[in-house]
Amino acid sequence: MPNQLTISELTARLARREVSAHAATQACLDQIARVDGQIHAFISHDAADALAQADAADSAMANGATHAQQPLLGVPIAVKDVLAVKGQPLNCGSKILGHFVSPYDATAVEKLKAAGAIVFGRLNMDEFAMGSSTENSAFGLTRNPWDTTRIPGGSSGGSAAAVAADEVIATLGTDTGGSIRQPAALCGCVGLKPTYGRVSRYGLVAFASSLDQIGPFTKDVRDCATMLKVISGHDQGDSTSVAQPVPDYTAALTGNVKGLRVGLPKEYMIGGLDPEVKAAVDAAVNQLQSLGVTVEEISLPHTEYAAATYYIIAPAEASANLARFDGIRYGARVEGADPLELYRKTRGAGFGPEVKRRIILGTYVLSSGYHDAYYVRAQKVRTLIRQDFLKAFERVDAIVTPTTPTAAFKIGEKSDDPLQMYLSDVFTISCNLAGICGVSLPCGFTQSPKLPIGLQLLGKPFGEEMMLRIAHAYEQSTNWHQTKPVIRG
Amino acid sequence: MAASDFNVKYMAHLARIQLSAEEETKLGDQLSHILSFMEQLKTLDVSRVEPTAHAGPTVNVTRADETRPSLPHDEALRNAPKKANGLFVVPKIVE
Repeated sequence: MPNQLTISELTARLARREVSAHAATQACLDQIARVDGQIHAFISHDAADALAQADAADSAMANGATHAQQPLLGVPIAVKDVLAVKGQPLNCGSKILGHFVSPYDATAVEKLKAAGAIVFGRLNMDEFAMGSSTENSAFGLTRNPWDTTRIPGGSSGGSAAAVAADEVIATLGTDTGGSIRQPAALCGCVGLKPTYGRVSRYGLVAFASSLDQIGPFTKDVRDCATMLKVISGHDQGDSTSVAQPVPDYTAALTGNVKGLRVGLPKEYMIGGLDPEVKAAVDAAVNQLQSLGVTVEEISLPHTEYAAATYYIIAPAEASANLARFDGIRYGARVEGADPLELYRKTRGAGFGPEVKRRIILGTYVLSSGYHDAYYVRAQKVRTLIRQDFLKAFERVDAIVTPTTPTAAFKIGEKSDDPLQMYLSDVFTISCNLAGICGVSLPCGFTQSPKLPIGLQLLGKPFGEEMMLRIAHAYEQSTNWHQTKPVIRG
Repeated sequence: MAASDFNVKYMAHLARIQLSAEEETKLGDQLSHILSFMEQLKTLDVSRVEPTAHAGPTVNVTRADETRPSLPHDEALRNAPKKANGLFVVPKIVE
């Protein structure tokens, strides 16, 4: 079935006219109809619009458009509900945006469309990207396709689940503290966070402006490289985007990793790490060595401070970014006698508990008398964390770690204890603080139940090519990426 | 500056978020607990460390002072909860 294909496979068949974009899109829509009642990866999707885009892609191909010019021509792709798609709803998994419809496309979305992709659907997420389980969505939770009593991860839970369940060919998500890599690990697909500044944030509703990045979820590493090339690049609309040339990431997938050096941080392989996850990562490290990679122990000494640092900085930035949701220019509104009352009531009614928790925490750490002790101090620890990585990258080409300490946990298991939820991000958070790139890919499964385990590779700033080269070589020497969940429709 | 200093009522006021009494109590407890966890950062010597506000080197970005197309008026007002005469409508601010 065309919905089960990768980008590479589908575009090859489209080019050979073995399948039409219409048929591929219909197959995705059929799969959504079959399984999304259970999985709930989508908040909404516009089937008629998707098919109209597909028909336009088929016309274009009939008129000579090629995949050399438009690498995603005819490929159905869905996006996280935090990215603006012109004419489509934008809710960020929250009630506070009401019936908001985007007046423009995010740059990353514009680039997908220019590459010929069929962009449709609003994928479920933790509200305003705050969460690690997609349990914080105002539109209901998303279930892990491998075990529907478990979470898919978050905040890009819908983006990961939709790929794992073959509802679409690929998706876009966002990653501020691990929100692409962690759900990719828990759902058994590939998820990449680019170096900060690699992909424009124009049209991405901001959570933490110095940490957010948009990135792809795909079924394999080659597709990930294809997507990354499409969405990357400097953009006038985002003054934090970097004018670094965009290489052909697929050309980096040479298959040869002999002599490359990879570091295994000793601080990551400690207590709290599930024994099955440890075993899978150890086996992956051995596999890398058999491919000619040298793996050596390294130290990232400030690892233990990363969670505290992140949970000061991200909420602080969020408290500023979410001040705009005030019921005046857009979104839902609760009336008040004066503007102050209107703001307080609108925000009190419109934000969910996790968002309120983080805004208030962020307000506190920025407030007079506490700003130096918390926010500035956390920014200094952030420097130490970044320096740990830059020092390590003088010796190694990439760093390998487990993506998460455990496989997917049960729905409701951590939702009562916010701190427990925060601590589960321990392996992914430092990457955002340091601004480096990271990717998660499948490296095995737990025994019973069968749940995916993710291997994380971290690369130096703008080191995506090296990171993808190693990821690809590992992937191609295993068949984890070809194992799919059985979803009883 | 201990976690017990945490005044959830005042913080909610600064954040312009109305909380129910129940929310106040629950959030107050949760955030005190979380802030205790943050205390560990005080054990580090950061006296000779510069803060990092952005992961990469940042330069101020400007553009030429030229008029460019921007979001049309009606598009900008399309999502407004209350509008009139091409304006956003708000409760009275000044007596």
